[in-house]
Amino acid sequence: MTTEPINAIPSREPPASQVGAVGWMRQNLFSSPFNSVLTFLSGWLLVIAVPALFEWAFFQAKLTAANGLECHEASGACWAFIAEKHRLILFGTYPFDEQWRPLVSMVLLVAMIVASGWRRLWNIWLLPLWVVGLTVVAVLMWGGVFGLTYVENTLWGGLPLTLILATFGIALAFPFGVVLALGRRSKLPAIKSICVIYIELIRGVPLISLLFMSSVMLPLFLPEGLTIDKLLRALIAIILFAAAYVAETVRGGLQAIPKGQYEGADSLGLTYWQQTRLIILPQALKIVIPPLVSVFIAMFKDTSLVVIIGIFDLTLAAKAALTDPAWQGFGVEVYVFISAIYFVFCYSMSKYSQALERRLATGHSR
Amino acid sequence: MSNPTTGVSAKAASKPKRAWNDPKVRAIAYQVLVVGLVAIGVWYLVSNTLHNLSVRNIATGFGFLDREAGFAIGEAPIEYTPADTYSRALSVGLLNTLRAAAIGIVLATLLGTIIGIARLSSNWLVAKIASIYVEVMRNVPLLLQLFFWYAIIAENLPGPRQALNPMPGVFLSNRGLKLPALEGDGLTWLAGGFVLAVLATLVLANWSRRRQEQTGQLFPVWRVGIGLMVACPLLAWWISGSNLSLNVPVLQGFNFRGGLTLTPEFAALLLGLVIYTAAFIAEVVRSGIQAVSRGQWEAAESLGLRRNLALRLVVLPQALRVIIPPMTSQYLNLTKNSSLAVAIGYPDIVSVVNTTMNQTGQAIEGIMIIMAAYLTVSLSISFFMNWYNARIALVER
Repeated sequence: MTTEPINAIPSREPPASQVGAVGWMRQNLFSSPFNSVLTFLSGWLLVIAVPALFEWAFFQAKLTAANGLECHEASGACWAFIAEKHRLILFGTYPFDEQWRPLVSMVLLVAMIVASGWRRLWNIWLLPLWVVGLTVVAVLMWGGVFGLTYVENTLWGGLPLTLILATFGIALAFPFGVVLALGRRSKLPAIKSICVIYIELIRGVPLISLLFMSSVMLPLFLPEGLTIDKLLRALIAIILFAAAYVAETVRGGLQAIPKGQYEGADSLGLTYWQQTRLIILPQALKIVIPPLVSVFIAMFKDTSLVVIIGIFDLTLAAKAALTDPAWQGFGVEVYVFISAIYFVFCYSMSKYSQALERRLATGHSR
Repeated sequence: MSNPTTGVSAKAASKPKRAWNDPKVRAIAYQVLVVGLVAIGVWYLVSNTLHNLSVRNIATGFGFLDREAGFAIGEAPIEYTPADTYSRALSVGLLNTLRAAAIGIVLATLLGTIIGIARLSSNWLVAKIASIYVEVMRNVPLLLQLFFWYAIIAENLPGPRQALNPMPGVFLSNRGLKLPALEGDGLTWLAGGFVLAVLATLVLANWSRRRQEQTGQLFPVWRVGIGLMVACPLLAWWISGSNLSLNVPVLQGFNFRGGLTLTPEFAALLLGLVIYTAAFIAEVVRSGIQAVSRGQWEAAESLGLRRNLALRLVVLPQALRVIIPPMTSQYLNLTKNSSLAVAIGYPDIVSVVNTTMNQTGQAIEGIMIIMAAYLTVSLSISFFMNWYNARIALVER
């Protein structure tokens, strides 16, 4: 039985100023005099900046040009320069006719990274997939077998090299970092202090100093006759550096595990390693996946520093493209192009980590 | 490990007890093993290094520091000529690093705080612009941004003759930013007056706080303080005989003379560091403010506190507790990132050491100097911030 209220007032449409575009604007742009001023100020800024930017990047831009002089006549961006040099920028000094190989490697690496991000595929098969995938990448890049010509790694460059440095850096720094984090949480004073000293020492110095160290000091460290090539030395520096940051992130996760979990494992009679492998680490790593992705993003960006010791990654390949006398003075265009590439990678990683954080939130966060 | 249960110990007692099953013995064994491995590794590297050094006839030690450096440095905050020693050159590099880091930290904090607050603004447009800024700047490597700014300054700005002149006395060209500088004896007096005003304001603030605790009366510390800071330097300047002149840069021949210079390298480094770090600081500030629950705002409001007082007395002290630790890491990152200056030719410590290493071959000493310098700076910053953090931290139980 429904009871009609006596003298019911029929519901009315909300006033026009509360709904639709007008209402939205009143609420979000002009809610107070101060907000109105802010809106006008930032609107004015956009009106000045955005059309000028579009003029430069699209309307006045030159997409084709025979040389730099032709480009300098136009007032907009010179994308013709990118069109002309894109293979040098993307693949560095890799032999021109063989550049399909780094291209395929790159696609393969990106595909593996994307697959690893897909939660449905998170199982033991990912490990062999990576082993096979990295082997294929190595075969493609180096060649020397299956009728592929041998390309030594001093000729590698561009985006594939950036991806290789980042992937290998992350893959190898991660286990090292986990071990360091466990060591830092250890109750054994000697092990703990070694880990603490390592982590704090590495985190206190810039990556550049480690790269310098790897390029000038590592040859001195090794026995006579044994040399490690430049790329591997840079990779070692990146791994040593990233491991300290991974360690601190993982430590955060370890600290967040309630004491009861340790006690529970103890009461089951598990040994330290069983307890760590089966109970503690899975939970700790799950908690720190989002910050770990941030560490990975930072590492991906940091690989650009290998420029300083002269390794032809994306950034140095771009700088090399700028030295062509026929095309001078297009630094801004090249850096915008490279920035866009980095942005696509880093932004998708950070969006992914945010999505993951939302999905993995199963009560650990407050 | 906790004591074994009686059942287990009875079982263990029946068997001959193995030392390996004793956690204490095992702990010592593990530690000896690890320390031993590390020691062997270090010994191996050191002995290799010593052998290599003797084979290559490289002298070790810091004796080279007293030799003549023989290279010029683009910008030096202290007197420096190529005839000076390496140690002098290194101090110039260190001062350049500190200068970039100190100015960078101040500016990045200001910009980052503004953007962090803007991201939380109820104004949709402002919040959107701020979040686009953060996303773009965070996701592009700093090195690339430095190259970008340097390219803009060096390539796209006109030469000194066609310099942009946005304000009288300010010139922007591919030789950097030129600003008018104050000169004259009055300058010391002016600075002295300012320091005096700051001290007086601090004393005043202390007195006003105590008076408020006793009598409840408020004293307008801020307004009086600002008044003092304007009045004292002016008074000092007047007493000193108004001896102060403005040195405005003027174009002479192919370059500017006079005034204050911000070189293209320093300008690019500072722009890059500030714009990049501000994006991270903005996120720190935003999360700090969001960590303070709405109820705190409402409670402050219900006490009748005005919005700015509620922010200053209730929300900010709580937000700072969340903000300070990650902010410390951002300051450390900025300082360490200033080492990228070497890529665009700003003579910071890394760049000076790099030149030194190329000239003398003292690679190990050079790297050690870089690391020691950054470790000292990093530890000082984190020591100061930890002290500050301990002061404002919530004391429980």
